[in-house]
Formats: sequence, C-alpha cells, structure tokens
Amino acid sequence: MIILTVEQTIQWMKEIHKRMEVNKEQLTTLDQAIGDGDHGINMERGFAEVVDKINNTDYDTVADVLKSAAMTLTAKVGGASGPLYGTAFLKMATALQDKEVNQQNFKVAIDEALEGIKMRGKAEFGEKTMYDVWYQAAAFLDSEKVEDWQELIEACQATIEDTRALIATKGRASYLKERAIGHVDPGSMSSFYMFEALVSVLELEV
Amino acid sequence: MKKVLNSTDQVVEEMLDGFVTAHADSVKRIPDTTVIARKDAPVSGKVGLVSGGGSGHEPAHGGYVGKGMLDAAVVGEVFTSPTPDQVLEGIKATDSGSGVLLIIKNYTGDVMNFDMAAELAEAEGITVEKVIVNDDVAVEDSTFTTGRRGIAGTVFVHKIAGAIAESGASLAEVKAAAEKVIKNVRSMGVALESCTVPAAGKPSFTLKEDEVEIGIGIHGEPGIERVPLQSANEITSTLVAKILADIDYTNSEVAVLVNGMGATPEMELFIVHRQVAKMLGEKGINIYKTWVGEYMTSLEMTGFSISLLKLDDQLKEALDGQSDAIAFRL
Ligand SMILES: Nc1ncnc2c1ncn2[C@@H]1O[C@H](COP(=O)(O)OP(=O)(O)OP(=O)(O)O)[C@@H](O)[C@H]1O
Ligand SMILES: [Mg+2]
Repeated sequence: MIILTVEQTIQWMKEIHKRMEVNKEQLTTLDQAIGDGDHGINMERGFAEVVDKINNTDYDTVADVLKSAAMTLTAKVGGASGPLYGTAFLKMATALQDKEVNQQNFKVAIDEALEGIKMRGKAEFGEKTMYDVWYQAAAFLDSEKVEDWQELIEACQATIEDTRALIATKGRASYLKERAIGHVDPGSMSSFYMFEALVSVLELEV
Repeated sequence: MKKVLNSTDQVVEEMLDGFVTAHADSVKRIPDTTVIARKDAPVSGKVGLVSGGGSGHEPAHGGYVGKGMLDAAVVGEVFTSPTPDQVLEGIKATDSGSGVLLIIKNYTGDVMNFDMAAELAEAEGITVEKVIVNDDVAVEDSTFTTGRRGIAGTVFVHKIAGAIAESGASLAEVKAAAEKVIKNVRSMGVALESCTVPAAGKPSFTLKEDEVEIGIGIHGEPGIERVPLQSANEITSTLVAKILADIDYTNSEVAVLVNGMGATPEMELFIVHRQVAKMLGEKGINIYKTWVGEYMTSLEMTGFSISLLKLDDQLKEALDGQSDAIAFRL
C-alpha cells in the first residue's frame, strides 16, 4: 500500500516549515542553553527556502521532492544541521528513486537517512544528537505493519525526553559536559517536528 | 540590545557589501556568493588558501584576505558555518591549478560543510587539502568527542600558511606548515558579558553582575567554569597557566596574541598583556612578537582570549613575512 504520494510529500515539507516557524523561538532557546543559539533560525530559514523551491517546481516523484529539499537544506541552512539534514533527505531520495512509497520502502529510506547522518556526523545512539530520534524512528518502522502512526510520535517524544538526561559527546553541546544534563537537544527536537509533520500528512485521506 | 542595523536578515549581505566597498583596492566579492577573495585571485602558481566560518568574528575572516595571508574567506550567517556550495565557490575562485588548502576551525558545522565542499571540488578535478585548527585548551582534546575548538590562534595559521604559500611552496608543504602551527598554538578565553546574535534578539547566555565565564568559546559556548569577577592579573594568570600546562613551552620563543572579543577596550587588553609578559618572563619564555587588539571577535561580547604560538626558525621567518591583509598588515 502506498503511504506517501508526491502531494503528501510536498505537504510534509510545508508542515515541517509550519512547525519550524511556530517553534523557532523554542529551538533557538534550546540551542542557547547548550549550543550557540542558532538552531531555530537555521531551521526556519532552511524550510522557508524548501517551501519556496517546492512551490516553484513541478514534481513527478516523491524522490524528486525529497532531493529538492535535500539540495536546498544543504545550500541554505549551514551549521551542523544543514549537512546532516541535507544528507538525510538526499539518502531518502536515493533510496526511493523509481519506487513507490510503501511502508517497506519507506523504512529502507529512513534506514538510509540514519546511515547518512551517521556517516556525516560520526555519532552513535545516545550521544544526545538528532541521530537519537532518527534511530528511534527507524527502529519503530522495523515493526511489522504500522497500525497507529501516533505511536511514531510517541516514540520520538520519548527519545527527546531521554536526551535531557544525557551528556553530549558530539556537536557544540559536548563542550558543556555535565552542564548539558537537564536540557533537551535542539536537533532532536527539530527532528521530532519532522516526524510529527510526517504523521500529520500520512494520516490525511488521499 | 541596541544595534546599528537596517534589517536582521540582511546583516551579512550588507556587511559584505560595505567591506568590499571599503577595501575595493585589495579585495573583491565573487558575484552572487558570500566569498571575499584577493583582487588578483587566483594567483598563478600559488597554492590557494581558503578559510571562513560564521560571521560575527570580524575582522575574521575577510580581514585576513590579502597577499601573504588568505586568498579567500567564505562567510556564513552570524555564528553559522557557510554552506558547501559557497565554500566550493571560494575554492574555485582561488585554485590556480596548484591546489587549495582549507583552514577550518574545529566546529562540527564548519568541518561538515567544508568537508562536503572538498568532496564537490575534488569531483570537479581540484586538489584540496584541509587542516583543522583546535587551539582552545578550555576543551578537552579527545578523539571520542567533538574535541577542542578553533579560536583566535587560527590567525597565526592564516599568517604562516599564507607566507609559506606566497614563497611558492607546494600544497603538501603549505599544509605541513599549517599543521606545525596547529601543533604549537594554544589559546583560551574569558567572557564578562554575553553577546546578542541580531536575528535572535536576546543575549546568547547570561552572566550575573559579578560573574565571568572562564574558557568561553567565540560563539559564547560555555567554558570551564563560572567564577566571581577577579582582577585582570588573576584572570590572566588562570588562562596563561592553563595554556602553559598544555604543551611544553620551556625555553621557547613565542608569539603572543591578546585578542579582544568585541567590547573590551584596548586599555584593558594592554593590562592583560602586561601580566602575560610578566608571567612568560618568569618562566624564561621569550616573546618574539606581540599582537594586542581585536582579531577574532564574538560580536559585542566583553572578554578576551590569549594565544601563545611556540616558534622555530621556519615559523619565525613566515611570521615576519609581508602581509597586505587588511586586519594584519606587516
Ligand atoms: N556530529 C553530529 N552528529 C549528529 N548530529 C549532530 C552532530 N553535531 C551536532 N548535531 C546536531 O545538530 C544540532 C545543532 O544544529 P545547529 O544548526 O545549531 O548547528 P551548530 O552546531 O550550531 O552549527 P554551527 O557550529 O555551524 O553554528 C544539535 O542539536 C545536534 O542534534
Ligand atoms: Mg547551533
């Protein structure tokens, strides 16, 4: 069964942008606590550009939409999150090339995105980065057939809460050592919004 | 926070515009990019030197573009690494066929974006090497974590690699010299007051009225600890002691850089340098050359950093070489 169409993928990007816009302050505040305070600004700017690009382009495949998003994020975001998200979406696009997006193929795409983030950032699970949320999302998709996509949101939600208790060993937050404890990782939070946005479009009637 | 701005999202664009207008005789902007290059780039037969990073560190990095230092500086948003496509433009603008060396400060974002740019450039047939500066002793050096940050000591890498490149050395030789500087330079900073990223509109961090942060990074990243405000001599002693504990400076000659973070008056920087010189003197470390001023700022942060570069004959000669860079004329 197809779970994601071109239309839905476009909508997914728009839903991400909405969330980045609404939560720009929150992400920036999280990044001010354990980073350099630019994460919300970076993400909002990046996805505004993605939406702009998408609005002005015609797409035939889901892979093309994702590729467009990847290129735009890589070129417009900067920071650590630009290359990381750019690589994640590019890997998804490559995995979905010439394929319809059923749950099986989508799972493979998320696995590839996860590998991409790892290749770029060299992070492992539990280092208090966005990798943690993608790892959890990939693990969730391993389950047979998803009945309730809300559970994906819950799994991601639990993971961002888990990052609170961790010391960061990658990224800017690593400089803080113990002082990072008690703070949610900003990149995990923005990744959460991406999956929350995804679920919101998966549940649309098509 | 009051700032002299037109619009927060045009800060970098308008700064670049003003910069190249002011220095049109020596630098140019590569059209439709955030790259500032030597006016005569690419310089035939010479290895290209490209550095850069987020803005907000002025005079870094545009101020170090010029004969004898960088061939190009690639500028990102405030405190945010530039993107791979921009770095690629910087590489293309400076490659004369002799290859390009990227001088990267050790931040996750910078390293990833410059890495991607290097991959893109190699796909276009340009030979690219890179060095990663990590002079900040406030952070533990470790291969399991992000590791030490690159801060003001980077200016010495620009200067020395620049002089070596100017002498007609090969890419491998320029890279080796840059790595020698990285091995021998250590820095550490302190903040008294935070700074405000224009688009964020509020201070990056807050310090109490009587508190300072020892070991601060150039984007306001936390340092080692927050302590009550002390005298200039006491703070300076803490920083210098930490630097001297990191590598063996015994009987060596050093270059000193006392760097203001943006809002500390020169008057205070000289008070700091007085203590640096006194401490080095007591340890029998000879100061070969000194720079006191603003070289790697963090917007309007109040505070300073100290960098010590241990020298040998090659490094001394390169340090003395002519430089036309706007912020480092020699
Ligand atoms: N090595 C890494 N692997 C995976 N994720 C990482 C890594 N380093 C940082 N991150 C993620 O990136 C987020 C920070 O992104 P942000 O856009 O703020 O970049 P940044 O580190 O501030 O970049 P820059 O240093 O150029 O400003 C972190 O919260 C973390 O989730
Ligand atoms: Mg950040």
